[in-house]
Amino acid sequence: MKKLSVFFGILFCYTSCTTKEEEGYTPVPYVLEIPALFQEKLIAPIIPSNNPLTVAGVALGKKLFFETLLSGDNTQSCASCHNPSQSFAENQPFSEGIDGIFGPRNAMPLFNLAWNFNEQLMWDGRELSIERQAIQPVINPIEMHSNWDEVLVKLAATTAYPSLFEHAFGDTSITQERVTKAIAQFERTLVSGNSKFDRHLLGTATLTTQELNGFNIFMDETKGDCFHCHGSNNNPLWTDNGFHNNGLDAVATDLGLGAISGDPADNAKFKTPSLRNLTFTAPYMHDGRFTTLEAVVNHYSEGLQNSPTIDSLMKKVAQGGVQLTPQEKADLVAFLRTLSDPDFTNNPAFQNR
Amino acid sequence: METFPKTKDLQTYYLSNYTKNRMKYSFLKYTVLAVLLVSCSQDNDVVLSPATITLEFSHTWNGEVVTEADFNNLTYSNENGELLSIERLRYLISEITATAQDGTVISLGAYNLVDVTTGTGLLYELPQTLNPGTYTLSCMFGFSANNNIDGAYPDLNTASWNVPMGLGGGYHFMQLDGKFLDATSTATNYNYHTIRAVDAADPNNLVFQETAFEIPLGTLTIADDQLVVVEMNIAAWFKSPHTWNLNEQHSMLMPNFDAQVRMAENGQDVFSYIVAME
Repeated sequence: MKKLSVFFGILFCYTSCTTKEEEGYTPVPYVLEIPALFQEKLIAPIIPSNNPLTVAGVALGKKLFFETLLSGDNTQSCASCHNPSQSFAENQPFSEGIDGIFGPRNAMPLFNLAWNFNEQLMWDGRELSIERQAIQPVINPIEMHSNWDEVLVKLAATTAYPSLFEHAFGDTSITQERVTKAIAQFERTLVSGNSKFDRHLLGTATLTTQELNGFNIFMDETKGDCFHCHGSNNNPLWTDNGFHNNGLDAVATDLGLGAISGDPADNAKFKTPSLRNLTFTAPYMHDGRFTTLEAVVNHYSEGLQNSPTIDSLMKKVAQGGVQLTPQEKADLVAFLRTLSDPDFTNNPAFQNR
Repeated sequence: METFPKTKDLQTYYLSNYTKNRMKYSFLKYTVLAVLLVSCSQDNDVVLSPATITLEFSHTWNGEVVTEADFNNLTYSNENGELLSIERLRYLISEITATAQDGTVISLGAYNLVDVTTGTGLLYELPQTLNPGTYTLSCMFGFSANNNIDGAYPDLNTASWNVPMGLGGGYHFMQLDGKFLDATSTATNYNYHTIRAVDAADPNNLVFQETAFEIPLGTLTIADDQLVVVEMNIAAWFKSPHTWNLNEQHSMLMPNFDAQVRMAENGQDVFSYIVAME
């Protein structure tokens, strides 16, 4: 009798667990357009097997990304702090939430997230996937200050969303998991790979002498020595996706990764931001303290502050930095500007239309 | 088990870890083997299957085990008497080969990036198996010139392991970074980075010297899967034949031809190995 119950139990599970595909739901895969340089130089992007990109999923994610119903007073969306024209960053040091309270860190730009191979997101690495990251801003009291139950009710009450969720996931059910999955799908499509420097590497653009000089300074261990953390012509992400203390403060008030890991050796370490699209993403650093690229270069040249966890790659900290000449600084900035990709910030697929 | 000069503690450490890691696998394997033997009892032919070789990379400071948990503390004293910490340790091994007794050379694996900092690459199951027999195993530290092809390896590019074209391109061999107490007792950063030695005095005529070197992994009689523990004594990089003075040379070593040659010479007795039967 017991065996019979187990048999029928398994049979019931099997019949009730048929997939949406078996019920006739066939999502159309979204083909991620991968830049030629990325295909040649990098390993494949990370697309989780439990959240593959689909045309309907990406479209839903885009609509949700710009959806103000996600906030407590229906005034803010993800795009409020992650503006497409600013490479999905924001041109002020800190972001203002719906209650007029400013957060403690600069909004990070969003692009090439599918190549964030360690999957540690945010300046302090606290979130371990895009799906998980998308949960927090909605409920953060100094950001969207809402709660997921209310958000789901508001979305379900619209005429558009139930059918959009049905197209994306096979039925009209709207859940937090599906909302964050859809947003993550959209964010993985935010690919930036068509800067002047990309085209230079592909042989379709020519750098000026000054820009080439700047690249050489970037790649010279005795000059800028930027490449150890910020990629190179062979790593077009322009970040190592790692965490470093780059000598901003002698005594850090924001512990960054250290506050998350609990390891004092991680204090004052922050995620290496990509150098792509710097033209659009000022101000710079986790607290937006530098308003110009020139100020950033000055920091690495003579503004380093020593501390116990300063990265060992900041080798000239005793001299304040790498001591570039004014001309070298200007050349380096000129090169950095070639990493910006206006096609990305103007891409119609990423606008709220 | 064949052993080579090691401390007793290290052997105990490796074998303890080895035993723990393999116990479940061995139980399953021998259970399956037993079933197969019983079910094939009428067949007297014994056919040995190809063996899998796994390299395990471990690290010591003059016999004391070093893991990422030991990083970031100024606790290690080098041959020159400087107190130092380790904050980052990554290195590349390549050209893992087996040479049969008849001289046939078999490529077992192309390359492996060991990153002690993140704990990745510490265990490398070689993609190519070996038929039972006696072989001499070896690998290279770094890339030999033939394989040191600029930008050719996407996983290494993704790991930002590249060497600038101004230094001939290609890839790093090792990044050993940390802090040391200098002559004024100030914690100072060091970057012991090894690459192919290059004289770039004339940018249009780079002069190279090979600094990748072979790491012998012993002669083994292979009858079953095999684990080979490759141990790096980190202290040896600072020891012999050149007592390394970090006060004099602690950073910007990549473009320093002489420093690269000396580091490669110091690397000759950095590695040793233990072979354990699986």
